[in-house]
Amino acid sequence: MALRKVIGTETEYGIAVRADPDFNPALGSAMVVNSYPGPRVRVQWSYEEETPGRDARGFGHEGYGVSDPEGTLVNAVLANGARLYVDHAHPEYSGPETWDPLEAALYDKAGESVMHRAATSATERLGGTRLALYKNNSDGKGNSYGAHENYLLSRATPFGDVIRYAMTFLVTRQLFTGAGKVGSENGRPAVDFQLTQRADFFEEEVGLETTLKRPIVNTRDEPHGDSTKYRRLHVIVGDANLSEVQTFLKLGTTALVLSALEDGALPDPLDLADPVTACWNVSHDLSFRRPLDLDGGGSATALELQWRYYEWLAKYVEKELDEPVWNRVLSEWHSVLNDMETDPALLADRLDWAVKRRLFERYVNRDGLAWSDSKLRALDLQYHDVDPDRGLYHRLAARGDVRRLFTDEEVGHAECAPPERTRAYFRGRCVTDFADSLVAANWDSLVFDLGETHLRRVPMMEPMRGTRDLVGDLLDNVDSASDLIQMLGDQ
Amino acid sequence: MAEQERSRSRGRDEETEEVEDLEVTTEESEADLEELDDLLDEIDSVLEENAEEFVKNYVQKGGE
Repeated sequence: MALRKVIGTETEYGIAVRADPDFNPALGSAMVVNSYPGPRVRVQWSYEEETPGRDARGFGHEGYGVSDPEGTLVNAVLANGARLYVDHAHPEYSGPETWDPLEAALYDKAGESVMHRAATSATERLGGTRLALYKNNSDGKGNSYGAHENYLLSRATPFGDVIRYAMTFLVTRQLFTGAGKVGSENGRPAVDFQLTQRADFFEEEVGLETTLKRPIVNTRDEPHGDSTKYRRLHVIVGDANLSEVQTFLKLGTTALVLSALEDGALPDPLDLADPVTACWNVSHDLSFRRPLDLDGGGSATALELQWRYYEWLAKYVEKELDEPVWNRVLSEWHSVLNDMETDPALLADRLDWAVKRRLFERYVNRDGLAWSDSKLRALDLQYHDVDPDRGLYHRLAARGDVRRLFTDEEVGHAECAPPERTRAYFRGRCVTDFADSLVAANWDSLVFDLGETHLRRVPMMEPMRGTRDLVGDLLDNVDSASDLIQMLGDQ
Repeated sequence: MAEQERSRSRGRDEETEEVEDLEVTTEESEADLEELDDLLDEIDSVLEENAEEFVKNYVQKGGE
């Protein structure tokens, strides 16, 4: 049986202060993190266990692994188990480890709420000068910032298999993972509108980089857990989605592919002849009919290739997985592929690119706007504003024009309480209960200051321990961090 | 699975309407457009002022 696909998302948010175009984005991002009014602890993020320069293909990389000084200074762990920090010049929300794609989508959405409250509070500190945050991935001028996904894999899974099976899937899933974008960037052919924010920036098939020459399959080998048992697949070829359905679908389908791969349940992969060019072409093709050349001859459209994956995974779920969440993934997936085939306009109630396209096309047809008009580019940015009054996604969702999976209450709860079936539970509870003693954190450890000569480090190398089942009673029955450390030591 | 059934039949219904009763379809799509235009009006009321300057100044460097 495949290893549970524990999932987490990381999103860098765009930042702007309109009244002061020269503001320093790194300082602004630090202000966002420090202004967040919800339960959180400012910590030292220890890099001891982080190895971003280690390559899954088996070689190291000199020059990586040096900690980002800004990142170590401005770091908070939230009561929901997430990390809120400054990554270069962006505020970043790295969601907690979650048990399934539905929970992962919920905690990803809670990140928007975190960012909105932090931005509101930062705006107050700036004397009312509005600091705005955008959940997007491009400034439209050749600069991109990431929305990454993380999936737990078994160390026993050969990485070469991951590369082969994931490549075609990651390129073609853009049909339903894209957040939409007016125009093209980074020297790609001119288009009016395309499916994704990120495709234009991918230039390699496989590699370690995330900021230049971005690869479709990223090989960062940093498991954030016991490296003899686990891998973490770090997926960087995706957009940040506002649509809850879309985030769920993106994470759910990808987790299924990886799970089936580990169970040996996939037939031979269908390799693309040129994955990088295909990556751009899928994003640029609004007809959904453009054939992609396959390795070894022949061709297929992205939609046809997605149907193949759907059929394989539908069989796999029927045979191997009995949790209802996987049938829900299949159901949304089927419906999206079906609508794309019948009439892509039907997707305007659940895919970000389709929502945008419906609005922008009407402006073009009704008002005679050119696709390059500043108004459409402004709307393209404003769609992603996390402020519910200003963000176009949020206004459409509030009107019921975009289908949601979660209520505001559920999102509000997820902002303050951790998932219960991963180690994020332990981390989040410690933030709530022992904030004064918590001094450093990482994905796989917490460090407490108990007023002794030495700090106490609690290792958390197992992503599926530290759950409510395992430590809930213990946490309910201790009065202090000292008691907690003592009890953990006795166990 | 209910979702699949619903979307399939939705696609079919629309095709049928187009063939059998063009007038109804036109009226419906006009109503759709009217609703869409209401939405566009709402969007225009919250659109950032001076779109050109807004877009020009939105520059993001560094990340990932």
